[in-house]
Amino acid sequence: MSITVKYFASLREILGRSEDSLEIGDGNITVSEVWKQVAGKQKSLPDDVLTVINMEYVKPDAQVKDGDEVAFFPPVTGG
Amino acid sequence: MMKIEIRTEPFNPWSEIESYQEQMQKDGQFGAMASFVGSMRDLNEEEQVTEMQLEHYPGMTEKHLMDICTEANKKWDLIDILVMHRVGEIRIGNPIVLVCVWSAHRAAAFDACRFIMEDLKSKAPFWKQETVAGGKRWVEKNTSG
Repeated sequence: MSITVKYFASLREILGRSEDSLEIGDGNITVSEVWKQVAGKQKSLPDDVLTVINMEYVKPDAQVKDGDEVAFFPPVTGG
Repeated sequence: MMKIEIRTEPFNPWSEIESYQEQMQKDGQFGAMASFVGSMRDLNEEEQVTEMQLEHYPGMTEKHLMDICTEANKKWDLIDILVMHRVGEIRIGNPIVLVCVWSAHRAAAFDACRFIMEDLKSKAPFWKQETVAGGKRWVEKNTSG
């Protein structure tokens, strides 16, 4: 399956890119497993990083489906 | 009814309220309007701030703000809502956010305005990057109130 992964703000700078397109063979993957694929397997998901699927907040153990847009970002600071 | 808008250029909240209220055509229905305007300060965490960039997640921002306003509409008996938020380069004194709520009586307008603003602060996907003497820095969290 294929998914898009987006990064924002300080996280985008740390990773050095704003987006990845991923092809995942195994169709059974959670958001935190997606993070390990993009950030390197040794890096676990930081506690304060917010996780999103298709523009809705989800928990890190949420399942990702084919065609989903996953996003990772630091705490929000608008307003 | 409601209007959500992300602006890349500076805006004048007072003229936005005036023109929106005029085109609402609901004179006589609302007895109360509460508004909140947040503007850029020149000081944060005891350091002089000269510039600010506001980044957001296009699509999710609008969707999330729409969800917040829909929820407010369910919780209170509201007549209309206007939310505007800046992105891009912000200068000192520039308005960053406007939340404006119209209702029949004051309690709903005050409470819904506060609710929308607090939800926006804690959940809407915006990020501030400030320029200080030592360079640029990301604002790590919002103040509690």
